[in-house]
Amino acid sequence: MKERYEIRLSGSGGQGMITAGIILAEAAGVYDGKNVIQSQSYGPEARGGASKAEVIISDKEIFYPKATAIDILLAMTQEAWGKYSGDLKPDAVAIVDSWYVKEVDRPGVISLPFSQKAREEVGLEIIANVIALAAISQITGVVSPESLEKSLMSRIPKGTEEKNRKAREIGFALGREARK
Amino acid sequence: MSKDIRLLQGNESCSLGAIYAGCNFFGGYPITPSTEIAEEMALMLPREGGRFIQMEDEIAGIATVLGAAAAGAKAMTATSGPGFSLMMELLGYGCMAEIPCVIVNVQRGGPSTGLPTKGAQADVMQARWGTHGDHPTIALCPSSVEESFKLTVRAFNLAEKFRMPVILLLDEFIGHMREKMEIPGPGEMEIYNHPQPTCQPAAYLHYGDGSSVGGAYASLGSGYRFNITGLTHDQHGFPTGRADEIQWKMDRLRAKVEDHLAELIEVDQEFMDDAEIAVFSYGGAARTAQQAVREARAKGIKAGLVRPITLWPFPNQALAEVLRKVKTMIVAEISQGQLLGEVQRVNQFHTKVVPVQRYDGEMLTPTEVVNAIVEAAK
Repeated sequence: MKERYEIRLSGSGGQGMITAGIILAEAAGVYDGKNVIQSQSYGPEARGGASKAEVIISDKEIFYPKATAIDILLAMTQEAWGKYSGDLKPDAVAIVDSWYVKEVDRPGVISLPFSQKAREEVGLEIIANVIALAAISQITGVVSPESLEKSLMSRIPKGTEEKNRKAREIGFALGREARK
Repeated sequence: MSKDIRLLQGNESCSLGAIYAGCNFFGGYPITPSTEIAEEMALMLPREGGRFIQMEDEIAGIATVLGAAAAGAKAMTATSGPGFSLMMELLGYGCMAEIPCVIVNVQRGGPSTGLPTKGAQADVMQARWGTHGDHPTIALCPSSVEESFKLTVRAFNLAEKFRMPVILLLDEFIGHMREKMEIPGPGEMEIYNHPQPTCQPAAYLHYGDGSSVGGAYASLGSGYRFNITGLTHDQHGFPTGRADEIQWKMDRLRAKVEDHLAELIEVDQEFMDDAEIAVFSYGGAARTAQQAVREARAKGIKAGLVRPITLWPFPNQALAEVLRKVKTMIVAEISQGQLLGEVQRVNQFHTKVVPVQRYDGEMLTPTEVVNAIVEAAK
């Protein structure tokens, strides 16, 4: 584990990037006991438009709340990749959705079928954010699986527990596969 | 009992602070980036036995707040620039009629509709002088999620004690940022409720001697009779044209704040013992400044931070003491210079005052502030 992680989760408004950021920050902060800050940037529209959530996780106190040198990037759309991949660290882990992101100008980018699996295996495309979050936790170890589980279950709407558990398992499996 | 640690937005912790302070009425009209405050209050107030009313606009919103507060409720509203503009007339009414309430302004980019989802710090002068006429202003400025909770409690306490509207001047950066905080347990923070009059109703003066700061005052419907008006009034609350009574009323309003500066003004200072270069910054911009002074210290530069927690009344004396001893004062803000003007007004010492500003909807970066510190250190 590094002492400090700067994480950016990006996509289109309505893809649940801010929710994913909150779940990640709560898992790392409240349940793993780290210092965390979560911030976001979005447009005035409720759907569409580029949207990002940023999470900083650190063993030390965090003052400036925005990410400036990214350790972990998730891009769920081509637009988000274009807009938000400019300030990655050289050793950053970049993960993209294989359905919506077709072109990446960087070697070593991990492309995984979050949206496709969400649609085909859970029957709910908007749950791709949970699949992605679970995969990120497996690939990077930035948050413990137990804490992610607690945070996820406390933040999702009642009645969606089964779908979210399934999404998490799919994400864990994708992440384990990608790590090999 | 186990600690209650939660991940919260600045807006959410503001709502929780309001409930902790005993707020039992919210009237307003939701507007980005303050909407979460209204949402949380709408959820919590009915559970707590309070009332939440969404009105047709912000003018009506603050009107319900003043009415509820005059009737004895601990009342608040929350808004952003466009709504704050609409509230200005009745904010003055609250000052004149001496009605305690809390008005939260989560600052966004302006003027007009401006930038609904992006932050700014350009309502500093509006908070002070947005309503017309000489009047007292108390404005508090949180820099963290935890401070948003605590200053909301303090805003209610000051409103009750000083018997006037108190402004919580948040900004979008702090309002929408999430951090974890420990929710104080019951009794951990002091809650001030104003004393009720004990005299015979016939002898009651709603604006009598000693009722301005920390004194007793009655609520509408309590059996004590009084008049409320926006017109300049006598001790009963009835309009007056007498010069001596007008002078008395205006002096009374001014003395509320001017006679209690030590109690009202809070300023946080970091690394200032040996600092040669100081950064003056509040709210969201102060988070950038906190990082920047640490980076400057790591470069061996004697830099420190002066962060006003109370913005109005302005911390003239604390700032003057810093200006007297530092070489350069950097004013970092998300505005074209509203804070800068105040620092220049206080600066009688030929100290160099350098602005670092941004007003494109984004936060200042630590690099921008560090560069100004490095330049000043040359």
